[in-house]
Amino acid sequence: MCGIAGIVDLRGGEPPARAALERMLGALTHRGPDEFGLYRDRLAGLAHSRLSIIDLAGGQQPLCNEDGSLWIVFNGEVFNYLELRAELEGCGHAFRTRSDTEVIVHAWEEWGPGAFQRMNGQWAAALWDARRRALILSRDRLGVRPLYYSEAGGRVVFASEVKALFSGAPELARELDPVGLDQTFTLWSVIAPRTVFRGVAELEPGHLRVYDAAGGVDDRAYWTPAYPEDGEQGGFAGSVDEASQAVRSALEQATALRMLRSDVPVGSYLSGGLDSSLVAALALAAKGERFHTFSVRFEDAEYDETAFQRLMVERLGSEHHDLTVAADDIARVFPDVIHHTERPILRTAPAPLFLLSRLVRDIGIKVVLTGEGADEMFGGYDLFREGMVRRFWARQPDSQLRPRLLERLYPYLARSPVAQQALARQFFGRDLDAWREPGFAHRTRWSTTAALKRLFAPGMRDGAAGHDAVAELLASLPPAFSRWTFLAQDQYLELRTLLSGYLLSSQGDRMLMANSVEGRFPFLDQHVVELAASLPDRYKVRGLDEKHVLKRAAADLLPAAIARRPKQPYRAPDALAFVGARRPCWVADVLAADSIRRAGIFEPEAVDRLWQKCAARGTAGQFSNADNMALVGVLSAQLVHELFIARPPATSPPPVIGTVVEEPA
Amino acid sequence: MEVKTQVRQFVCQNFYVADPASFGDDTSFLDRGIVDSTAILEVVAFLEERFQIKVDDADFVPENLDSLDRIAAFVNRKREARGEEGGAVREAGGITRAG
Repeated sequence: MCGIAGIVDLRGGEPPARAALERMLGALTHRGPDEFGLYRDRLAGLAHSRLSIIDLAGGQQPLCNEDGSLWIVFNGEVFNYLELRAELEGCGHAFRTRSDTEVIVHAWEEWGPGAFQRMNGQWAAALWDARRRALILSRDRLGVRPLYYSEAGGRVVFASEVKALFSGAPELARELDPVGLDQTFTLWSVIAPRTVFRGVAELEPGHLRVYDAAGGVDDRAYWTPAYPEDGEQGGFAGSVDEASQAVRSALEQATALRMLRSDVPVGSYLSGGLDSSLVAALALAAKGERFHTFSVRFEDAEYDETAFQRLMVERLGSEHHDLTVAADDIARVFPDVIHHTERPILRTAPAPLFLLSRLVRDIGIKVVLTGEGADEMFGGYDLFREGMVRRFWARQPDSQLRPRLLERLYPYLARSPVAQQALARQFFGRDLDAWREPGFAHRTRWSTTAALKRLFAPGMRDGAAGHDAVAELLASLPPAFSRWTFLAQDQYLELRTLLSGYLLSSQGDRMLMANSVEGRFPFLDQHVVELAASLPDRYKVRGLDEKHVLKRAAADLLPAAIARRPKQPYRAPDALAFVGARRPCWVADVLAADSIRRAGIFEPEAVDRLWQKCAARGTAGQFSNADNMALVGVLSAQLVHELFIARPPATSPPPVIGTVVEEPA
Repeated sequence: MEVKTQVRQFVCQNFYVADPASFGDDTSFLDRGIVDSTAILEVVAFLEERFQIKVDDADFVPENLDSLDRIAAFVNRKREARGEEGGAVREAGGITRAG
């Protein structure tokens, strides 16, 4: 994987400064520690930091087409690059390297915007057409790879990470965007193109953004999630067995591509759950020989999945490595974690993954497969089933039996005092009559999260006045949305909010790249995604059995204990991580009243109460969902302010820049 | 201090509500998201300790717990019931009540 950056001024103002490009590279060395390159002409500067994975000897970037009129910097992999290359050679294109990157250049020459529709992979790419004077930015369909940009007075600055933007463009005022924070504390994530930084935008997943010589900007989707309309017409027509075979076959192919198309060894994460176990099993079948697997274990039994991990390691015969994470470890690395997430988060789950990718790097592995995406594509989350139960209940709101189904989803409801169910019933039964409205299933999460905004300082709340995060999201739905099934609607919303904005970003790319490790996601393969989307609801969630067809497809590959496991979301100790006696000094520093006041995000008195409560509860306590999110949210937002607003950006250049292309003025 | 005032103070402190004016005496805690169905246990623990009442399983309903008004009414009912019970104990102890 890699880091990309660039500065383009189509008006022909100051040429992009070499020093600026070097600073940007200096901020991206973790994404690409192996090689550095830059290209500069009078209008455009492109910079690339490389994590070498395919064509180790020859694939340096920036690279160009046959006559040097089209240049690219690329972060990602195109897994079907061999097939595309064969096709392009057939059209007369000549290749100099064996890299997948070069394929994109010729694909753009041949097919223009259609090039990206043909790519099966994960990427953030910037193409500079020096002849036509056009800058093309592109991002993969689901937002696996990041790409940020900023526009000021006709100049475009772009980079894989915000820290590189700030390093490259010191004139960019660094400020938090109240609307981005409002979105985060409602929807669990900012929604691209918005970020938590004013003046900084994120290219939307599945989008192409073209800046042309005339000063125009064209930003459009080359792909959007699509589901069968009007019930099940136009979707997958076969039986559940046929669907299961099709899923199996698509996953085999997706995993094989990702396991084998690499010039360095590929390993696999093993959480102990169905998804990553399945990926690892398919990887073994594709590779035919031992590979490395990696797991996180927790000191705290509530989060630990060691037993299941061991079971799968035995089945795989893999060379296994694990690391045990204690609550204290999370607190210790949390500032580094936020340095990489570049946004506030509401859960500490990324932190153990930061430590895990460090282990991967220390073992000498550069690429791992993971199971992300299965829950979104195959209906794994509790939220989907909760939505189904609540809509079922809504059709007969007076039923006493229907809401009892919630106890099957959330056993704690069944265990709690008999009449506490009345409170749960009120909570889950809110606005039942809105069951047909978009966002119905997500409203419980969104309103619980949004209640935390009472922690915001008045200035922050005012800054978001006039914006309604939920309303704005629901106003931006694809035209076909209301013709999809409710499950598909819920899946789409999860894709838009949680998947790209949190899971793939803060838990995925950012934690892996922090330690120079590339993640590959078979469940996000284009064909897997489109096949899953085409399936009837009941193949995904059969009654209350989630990921039904996936479990069928996996049955013969996994130990029964794993295949049959009830859904356990990956979680880490949240507030618990920060209240121990040995907590690091930074916790008190960022929570101090004058830190809170200086950052201007939160109300000091409210934060003080939150902290008093959490600290008093201490390590013996159980924290409510709200308190967990509140504390993690406050700490991470404060850190974002400290690391990106208060502190000046880094200015060091990278070590040797091996590829330098300077075009005369 | 009035029951309602004490509970309001508790809610603002324990659920870090900076602006006491942000919820009314009849605002539903669940609807506003200030308290969720598990955090309600914190409210109950407070009520039991501060007002020396016992909250039974059957009491865990929104009607009793989901707003300041409802909590105040619930607490007062519980205290009255306890007051009567105390009177009955004295009776049983053989001390006649004052005329």
